Amino acid sequence: MDGQLQFIQLEVMVVALGLLVLLADLFLSESVRRSLGYFAAGALGLVFLLSFRGSYVGLVDGEAFDGIYRLDGLALFFKRFFLLTAIFVLVFAVDFASRLRSGVSEYLAFILFALSGMMFASSANDFSLLFVAIELITVTFYILVSFQRHRMHSLEAGVKYLILGAVSSAFLVYGIALVFGEAGSLKFDVIREAHAGLLGSNVFLFGMLFVFAGLAFKISAFPFQIWAPDVYQGAPAPTTTFLAVGSKAAGFVLLIRLFGSVVPELTAQWTSMLMVVAALTILYGNLCALPQRNLKRLLAYSGIANAGYLLMGIVAQSREGTVAILYYLAGYLFTLVAAFMIINLLTREGEGEDISCLAGLNKRSPFLALALTLCAVSLAGIPPLAGFFGKFLLVKSVAAKAFGDVGYFALLAVAVFGVVVSIYYYFGIIRTIYWSKDTPDNSPVAIAWPTRIVLGLCVAAILYLGLLPNKPINWANAAAKIETVAK
Amino acid sequence: MDWLLIIVLLPLLAAAAVGFVPGSQRRAIRGITIGASGLSLLCALIAFLSFDVGGGLQFETKVVWVESLGLHFHLAADGINIGIILMGAIVAFAASCCADDITHRVKEFHILLNLMIGGILGAFASMDLFFFYFFHELALVPTFIMIGVWGRGANRNYATYKITLYLSLGALLALIGLIGVYVQTGAESFSIPDLIATVQESPIDESAQQWIFPLLMFGFGILASLWPFHTWAPLGYGAAPTATAMLHAGVLKKFGLYGIIRVAIPMAPAGAQSWLGVLAWLALANLLYCGLVAVRQKDLNQLIGNSSVAHMGFIFLGIASLNVIGLTGAVLVMIAHGLLAALAFGLSGHLYRQTGSLDMTRMGGLLRQMPLAGSALLMALLAGCGLPGFANFAGEVTIFFAAWSAGLKTITVIAAWSALVIGGLYMMRATRSILHGPRGDDWAKASDVSPLIATALGLLLAALLVFGFAPGLLTKSIENEVTKSVLLAKPAADASQAQATEVAGR
Repeated sequence: MDGQLQFIQLEVMVVALGLLVLLADLFLSESVRRSLGYFAAGALGLVFLLSFRGSYVGLVDGEAFDGIYRLDGLALFFKRFFLLTAIFVLVFAVDFASRLRSGVSEYLAFILFALSGMMFASSANDFSLLFVAIELITVTFYILVSFQRHRMHSLEAGVKYLILGAVSSAFLVYGIALVFGEAGSLKFDVIREAHAGLLGSNVFLFGMLFVFAGLAFKISAFPFQIWAPDVYQGAPAPTTTFLAVGSKAAGFVLLIRLFGSVVPELTAQWTSMLMVVAALTILYGNLCALPQRNLKRLLAYSGIANAGYLLMGIVAQSREGTVAILYYLAGYLFTLVAAFMIINLLTREGEGEDISCLAGLNKRSPFLALALTLCAVSLAGIPPLAGFFGKFLLVKSVAAKAFGDVGYFALLAVAVFGVVVSIYYYFGIIRTIYWSKDTPDNSPVAIAWPTRIVLGLCVAAILYLGLLPNKPINWANAAAKIETVAK
Repeated sequence: MDWLLIIVLLPLLAAAAVGFVPGSQRRAIRGITIGASGLSLLCALIAFLSFDVGGGLQFETKVVWVESLGLHFHLAADGINIGIILMGAIVAFAASCCADDITHRVKEFHILLNLMIGGILGAFASMDLFFFYFFHELALVPTFIMIGVWGRGANRNYATYKITLYLSLGALLALIGLIGVYVQTGAESFSIPDLIATVQESPIDESAQQWIFPLLMFGFGILASLWPFHTWAPLGYGAAPTATAMLHAGVLKKFGLYGIIRVAIPMAPAGAQSWLGVLAWLALANLLYCGLVAVRQKDLNQLIGNSSVAHMGFIFLGIASLNVIGLTGAVLVMIAHGLLAALAFGLSGHLYRQTGSLDMTRMGGLLRQMPLAGSALLMALLAGCGLPGFANFAGEVTIFFAAWSAGLKTITVIAAWSALVIGGLYMMRATRSILHGPRGDDWAKASDVSPLIATALGLLLAALLVFGFAPGLLTKSIENEVTKSVLLAKPAADASQAQATEVAGR
């Protein structure tokens, strides 16, 4: 048993840290409590460093708990990804603490619990762990979303997320039951062996379809995207960030593992369906983002569109596609964290997340203006930034799959159309920053130094991923190597 | 020497250097920018003069960028791009000199200007598909911002959006085509010479070529204002600051044409065979339609913008003839038109500064008022209608020969007619209403160009005349390279065509 616990050491540390934060809350004075978030972020930084330790990395490609838990390159990549996201979100949460009014320590602890769920999800090699991990994420997010109890919007978002989340969980668990009924096991290894023979069974197909629906909800893919705009807008900004990056990535690690490695034959059979979902997601997200004036809502729709681009990597059904997803998600992490942080800094006082709050930003803080511009340009997929290289890899992986095939071609055409549309609204952000006539507020923006560091890191990472992709691509390649992908 | 690397890096370093200068130090900022582009020009001139015709790829810099994708930072010059790089460097220097009409946020403008120059020169020097595209975008994004922030006129926001969306669409279509090339050749490399070597061994599947070529043709075509996707050009140039218009109309727009010659034709020759007929007709529409639109313009910038779109028709026509003289002529016109467009926009920028208007009906008698600018404008307008002695003439006449010998006889006749008659019509009208006659009321206090701008514009004129009287300086090296592309497309291309070029070149 001792050997098995080694595998989940990072998760254990994260949960212990969460409990520690809750305990510390009882004994610390108000003023010290405020910096608890920095302590938690620092501790997570340590955990992040520990994930590079030789004895832990040596465990890679091992399984624990009777094959339920698998630690491979993919899982390791995503664990680090989630840790990094959570560190940024915790720093962000300290910035946000004044607006939570009460229960700041609980807020931090729930972020850590959700993080542990994501880390478990990245290693799930069995439907039971998959479901438990997903629920751990979703249930903590119900609370995180509605944490500003004094704000109607936050509560409304929480209720919406609760109802729709419950529906998706129902889909998921029902699908898992159907799959279990046919395959006779919840283990991915067993299903991998058996699935080729089950393709004729409608029960199995329906089961997998429901599982896909449950995961599509997490990544906010069409037609399961309806919750995203309202929840993103209503939730406290750090929650939105964590939801947009962490929760979405958790959905993708499961999609990659399940559809890339466990049931590749089924994925091949469903290629057209996946293509249609990807295309509709891109179209819906981008077209609905066009008229948005609320920045969080705008980013929610752009998040839907990005889920569509990421699905292109699943459609490609190749290691290249997986590499592209990993690369894209990495760029997305830094871009979104920076964007949400900056928006939060500018709307510190009121509720106004209207795009006009960016007016004159280049005079108020050239650094923030530059950083947000880089984020918008990167999200629009313009070189030389991270977003461009990610999109480039995604398009390349789809083109490599079958260039000239009409279906793939249509998907590429939709992607191009989506990018052009997205340039329009991202450009609107840049335009407001630099050349809006009306600049009501010209006071300089105060930025706490940890926030400044995080923003600086994000900008550096966006540039690094865009300009020097050699090393990151090798990392992503190593992470995607473990997958057994259908040819 | 790695001349190309120096040429490309200087403006990019200048962009960084300007970033460290406080915004109030206008002279320092201008000095750095002009100095960097001047040095770039000097290096480009040295490279051009020491270029060995028939020596293959020269001045190479090759660094592995992403190993697993076969991606290299690869700069090199061959016969096609050496002339364009020289032209780009001349225009870049002239544009930096003409950028002193910017009065607010000088620092930001010059950072963007330097980035744009670096991107432009890099795009034409790159021998790797990825960087080829990358540098182009690096130049394009500053263009949008410069038009949006420092642009002029009431509808500059609309112009910014339009040019951004059009050019992004074109770039993305081309990107998918380029990725298609990479995927279909199976070369596991983005290097253009490697890809060409691979397709020489085993061409891309013909059905795939039928997809790839139109993607590249229309993608690059939109970037080069191919009819009917040209409407962004006059609008965008009308709203752009002087230096931006000079650089974009002069050099950056040629990227699309360069892409068709450099990538589309060699990679998808079979696709080219079936699509170039369409291109020839669209080229005619460029010449005829945009020429007629230009006749109706009352605003000088709109006139130059439309005529510059019309001139693209020559280049498209040269490409569509797909023979050695046609492609040689196309590259020659690219260079000539680059110099001419920069000259014209530089002058119109100077005129705009005087009264804040380019309404030709209110001008008049400016030749006497400002002899230097006036005579430069006169020469630019004459070069625009293809007067012998200017480089444009040499290129255009070559293209007529090429199109005729390629069997596009109807198109050639109409094109020649439209070029000479319509072109002559609007250029002469502009000459009359701007330069001759009684002086317009608003222009009493207008002054002539400053010595700096006069030098810059004089340089452009000198280059136009030098290449006009001695097109052989360019054509010999161009011919060598395009022959290879033509041989890929038409293995049986006979030697007589090469002979004909010799004649036309003289």
